[in-house]
Amino acid sequence: MSGPSTYVPKSAIGRWFESRLPIMGLMHSSFVVYPTPKNLNYFWTFGGILSLMLGVQIITGIVLVMHYTPHVDYAFQSVEHIMRDVNWGWFMRYTHANGASMFFIAVYIHMLRGLYYGSYKAPREVLWILGVVIFLLMMATAFMGYVLPWGQMSFWGATVITNLFSAIPLVGTSITTWLWGGYSVDNPTLNRFFSLHYLLPFMIAAVVALHVWALHVSGQNNPTGVEVKDVKRDTLPFTPYATIKDGFAMVVFLAFFSWFIFYVPNYLGHPDNYIDANPMVTPAHIVPEWYFLPFYAILRAIPDKLGGVIAMFGSIAVLAFLPWLDTSRVKSANFRPVYRVFFVVFVLCGIGLGYLGAMPAEGGYVIASRILTVYYFAFFLIIMPLLGLFETPKPLPASIADSVLARGGSASAAAAGAAHAPENK
Amino acid sequence: MAEATTVEPTRRDFLYIATGAVAAVGVGSVAWPLISQMNPDASTLALASTEVDLAALPAGGIMTVKWRGKPVFVRHRTAKEIQEAQATPLAQLPDPQADAERVKKPEWLIVTGVCTHLGCVPLGHSGDYDGWFCPCHGSHYDTSGRIRKGPAPRNLDVPPYQFVTDTKVRIG
Repeated sequence: MSGPSTYVPKSAIGRWFESRLPIMGLMHSSFVVYPTPKNLNYFWTFGGILSLMLGVQIITGIVLVMHYTPHVDYAFQSVEHIMRDVNWGWFMRYTHANGASMFFIAVYIHMLRGLYYGSYKAPREVLWILGVVIFLLMMATAFMGYVLPWGQMSFWGATVITNLFSAIPLVGTSITTWLWGGYSVDNPTLNRFFSLHYLLPFMIAAVVALHVWALHVSGQNNPTGVEVKDVKRDTLPFTPYATIKDGFAMVVFLAFFSWFIFYVPNYLGHPDNYIDANPMVTPAHIVPEWYFLPFYAILRAIPDKLGGVIAMFGSIAVLAFLPWLDTSRVKSANFRPVYRVFFVVFVLCGIGLGYLGAMPAEGGYVIASRILTVYYFAFFLIIMPLLGLFETPKPLPASIADSVLARGGSASAAAAGAAHAPENK
Repeated sequence: MAEATTVEPTRRDFLYIATGAVAAVGVGSVAWPLISQMNPDASTLALASTEVDLAALPAGGIMTVKWRGKPVFVRHRTAKEIQEAQATPLAQLPDPQADAERVKKPEWLIVTGVCTHLGCVPLGHSGDYDGWFCPCHGSHYDTSGRIRKGPAPRNLDVPPYQFVTDTKVRIG
């Protein structure tokens, strides 16, 4: 998709600079003339929203570090100091804390979009795997960030999660001691988590750059899953079409985000994290942040300690193999009637696991999480490989332009009409 | 390469491999300090023992003391609790261990207060076996701190300790 730059500098200084460092040309071909399929719907705006959220988290995070003290005796107090004394401190902290949740909401929509429209298939395998890497880095960053306020949930969440590594045979205990820098979660642990929590977002930014680069080599997928055949007929330039649409989606998303910050800032948190960490007393009911709940439910569904840990990490690792697990030649679920049903069940299964992860691990809850865990893995390891062989897909449109025109609108209406669900044609 | 008829390694091959080997050792020797610095430091290791006075603890009571940053339970067991722990057949235990191997004096049980599942602190005098119950994921321990039911794989650890006097014990 990205060919040689068509950028022509207007000024003499621009020409002088461009011949020495062609960065303006790179920006121009990546974000101005870059061709985007004209049938993209609003699910395609979450990439931009995620970039925005990364920026919000980095900026608010840098500000919070100016007032935070990473020490077991002061961390909790310094967070309260931010909330009560620092000018706009409450705003910065609530934005950062809720920003993590918004980031995960956006990333889950972004990932499910990819899963529905087959965006992981050739030629986008590397693009998808880079996305899985970003997701892993996000989870590590969010986990370490949650430890920093040093409340009860911070401390015991850190204890439970780091103890997962003790399940590794032979070297498990040495690894956990190494991670902690002691014999329990303590000051060395807090300090290293703080250091890494500051580092990882910049690593995310670097992988995001690779992710965007890979995207701009293969081009965007689209709701039909049919590749661009004729750039003139099938695509529109990124600016202004995608820029304005992404911008509008960002504003809507920010309105949703603001509602949390200003009206229910603690809704997604846990009240126990407003109690100073106490290594001697475990809260009666430990739960991770909501975005980890489905994976936590998988961990607890397996009655064996090592088995549970393997299943939990496996549930994320399996995503990296999707491009080769899915045997269907049709990308978009719009043209895969059977896959579509399994996909909807998968989404419900994920929500169900999230609910079960928040419930106590006993009785019927355990049995339900086992059933859903089986479906989670079966979806990737059994349904996806077999369905591609047995399912009869619906006929695909000849091209993106044909699918847009078939909806019966004029060319301009079709470009705007991309917001409609493409299945209602 | 056309006249290379022999597979005999040349002096140049040897130099390549030797240089590479030295470089690998060099990288490794710099990487090790970067990894090792995360292990417990000298000040953490220096805090590795704690003395506990047992005189104040009545029979049936559990005292929680801090050792190496984590809780240690000191339990003054009653005759009934000792009897329960000793009478349990080993065949009923997921991690079989006789009560006698876990205590130095039967009335004093000293175990690390860290659930062997994922590290929560179990609650005393609760659970199905009157020992401890872990609220996080539902592991039940008996009056000898042995796992009886639930996801924990092992009995509560017995830390190294010795009686300094009859009523004073040093843990660590």
